[in-house]
Amino acid sequence: MDALDIARWQFGVTTVYHFLFVPLTIGLSALVAILQTVWYRTGDERYLRLTKFYGKLLLINFAMGVVTGIVQEFQFGMNWSDYSRFVGDIFGAPLAIEALLAFFLESTFLGLWIFGWDRLPKRLHLASIWAVAIGTNLSAYFILAANSWMQHPVGYRVNPETGRAELTDFIAVLTNKVTLATFPHTLAGCFLVAGSLLLAVSLWHLVRRPHHPDAAAHRAAVRFGGWVSLLAAAAVVISGDIQSKIMTEVQPMKMAAAEALYDTESPAPFSVFTIGSLDGSREIIAIKIPYLLSWLATGDVNGEVKGINDLQAQFAAQYGPGSYVPMIPVAYWSFRLMIGLGVVAALIAAWALWAQRRGRIPTSRWLVRAGVIMPLLPLAANTFGWIFAEMGRQPWIVYGEMLTRDGVSRAVTTGEVLTSFTAFTLIYAVLAIIEVHLLIRYAKAGLPDLTPVAEPAPETDDEDRPLAFAY
Amino acid sequence: MDLPTIWFLLIAVLFTGYFILEGFDFGVGMLLPVLGRTDRERRVLINTIGPVWDGNEVWLLTAGGAMFAAFPEWYATLFSGFYLPLLVILMALIVRGVAFEYRTKRPELSWKARWDKAIAIGSWIPAVLWGVAVANIVRGVPLDANHEYVGGLVDLLHPYALLGGLTTAALFLTHGALFISLKTVGDIQQRATRFARRSGVVTAALAVAFLGSTMAIRTSPAAIAFTVVAALALLGALVANRLHRDGWAFTGTAVTIACAVAALFAALFPAVLPSTMDPAGTLTIDNAASTDYTLTIMSWVAVLLTPVVLAYQGWTYWVFRKRIGVAHIPDD
Repeated sequence: MDALDIARWQFGVTTVYHFLFVPLTIGLSALVAILQTVWYRTGDERYLRLTKFYGKLLLINFAMGVVTGIVQEFQFGMNWSDYSRFVGDIFGAPLAIEALLAFFLESTFLGLWIFGWDRLPKRLHLASIWAVAIGTNLSAYFILAANSWMQHPVGYRVNPETGRAELTDFIAVLTNKVTLATFPHTLAGCFLVAGSLLLAVSLWHLVRRPHHPDAAAHRAAVRFGGWVSLLAAAAVVISGDIQSKIMTEVQPMKMAAAEALYDTESPAPFSVFTIGSLDGSREIIAIKIPYLLSWLATGDVNGEVKGINDLQAQFAAQYGPGSYVPMIPVAYWSFRLMIGLGVVAALIAAWALWAQRRGRIPTSRWLVRAGVIMPLLPLAANTFGWIFAEMGRQPWIVYGEMLTRDGVSRAVTTGEVLTSFTAFTLIYAVLAIIEVHLLIRYAKAGLPDLTPVAEPAPETDDEDRPLAFAY
Repeated sequence: MDLPTIWFLLIAVLFTGYFILEGFDFGVGMLLPVLGRTDRERRVLINTIGPVWDGNEVWLLTAGGAMFAAFPEWYATLFSGFYLPLLVILMALIVRGVAFEYRTKRPELSWKARWDKAIAIGSWIPAVLWGVAVANIVRGVPLDANHEYVGGLVDLLHPYALLGGLTTAALFLTHGALFISLKTVGDIQQRATRFARRSGVVTAALAVAFLGSTMAIRTSPAAIAFTVVAALALLGALVANRLHRDGWAFTGTAVTIACAVAALFAALFPAVLPSTMDPAGTLTIDNAASTDYTLTIMSWVAVLLTPVVLAYQGWTYWVFRKRIGVAHIPDD
């Protein structure tokens, strides 16, 4: 392995890891905001306790998303400095705007929300968690705009003197059709994770202790989480369909790789399951649904879908000799796992909602088991989705403009990248164990008791009252 | 004033904001084992920065993003060249950030002690290494004609850079102690005031030595003026601390940090990263900058958003303006 390979592994590991926390932060901040809004509107204490309970899980998770995010911003310059030089004129702007518009909002108002229970009027305190939710969702837009530009560069020209990409139309970058399709798809994936978490944790409590005083609150959370999951899953499917048609148009090789479609076909079938030779060049067993791929890719059951061999020949003619084919087994399986795991999560959500319809108390142990693993499914689906999106466009770092191998830092030695990769992997592994341990501990602990807001005793004035919340 | 100059100033402002704000929360973290004798006292210290530290750190992310957007060559050369120090800073910031949130999540004292250590070490490391990094930027590093860093780790660890590291560490320590004496009551506050009185003298000596040797390497009239104001502000902070004017003392170190950063950037201008090898390798605001189109858009974004950010972040400090002491810390 040389510095390039290690830098790629590091990017893969740190990005996948970062995106295990981000979806929960994005989805759960909004769901907690909704729970708190219900409490604010109805005064129903169950919702206050749910807010505090899921708020705590949000905070445990939020910290990890924040600290792993700093690495992401630094990593472009550290490991991919030639890439940074090439794209800085375009790529830096959404990153800077993300920090200025979204990160300040979410981190400042999160501090206000955590510590502000007794410092802010109820209304402002509620507004704080909404500001956090808006901030996290906005940040997704700008980082996806940056990523989408790498997938499908628009609004730029390459300056022949400097050899660098230069921004010519910022609005085009922000309204890139890939961004517009990826943003709802990614957000829906995030809400599927967050809905699953509510469903999993509250279902576990509900089935274990159906007659506990908190059962009613957990039942409400199961219903809420279940519906959020189902709606999110529907949104994932619809946005994914739009996205795949755009992908076929702007990155035909990725679509062909997703299907391991070697020869151009019209109509093209969708392969449900294929065992091919290890290098992916030949299929051994395959189950196929006729016409489906043509419809997914082009919206027409007889549409032509280009095959890998034709595209390779076309790219070689256009960009010069070399392989323009991504790793086919990775693209093929990550695409299927993304879809399959998402579908299973939606089915579990539907099952849980059905089992507790009209006041029924779910009793099935199998449902609880399925429910408890449910949050892992969309998390894994998100991961496979990103692996597909990023590995499916290789060998390009900027599609059609710059090869990944040309973007790596020349000033950094193999030893340095290896040090960094090892250090991040180790520290991330340790922190992952701690975070999962804490999430499970606090999820099991159940809804918190409401500490009655102590009436200040006559001799103590407001200044001496203990803080409602302290680290 | 042309756009690259404006963005040079804006990045100086962002780093100034970062060092003033995260400077005191680094200081609080560094002082955690020194001033916090019991768990409850350590909780008082952590809670002085609890609601704000995360927002303070976003100044770094914004500064980094702004550097990437406005001076991609600077961002690329600097971040790949200062690879290992930045790696260590990142690790420290990761552990430290998680520690604030996780230390109270289990009741055992051994659990808390471990996170306390993480907070202290995670605050010391960046406090020293930011100084090392800044000193290297001002002094210059070996760059070839393609602006590519050609030195190694050892080239970044010369005496001047180490002096820079000690200076920022001492400055943040004193700044943090003054913040604690502004935000707490009781024993902790008295200890912090006393600590700042002593550390302030060391800080002043280091700062004079560091800024003095900076002016010997690279200087300009503005840089000298800022250096003088920085020294006077530090002196003022120490006097105010003796007079128990906590607000003025803290303002004093804040102005010191602002003027020290300003002095360094003024000395650097118009270079952003001088080369000690091939003069053609020197990065300046002109050869490192993005296009005018990008800088124009970014300027509008900055003009529209920065006042809003300053307003709500300032408001947060107002909401949590109350001093706290051990009596305010609820039971676990």
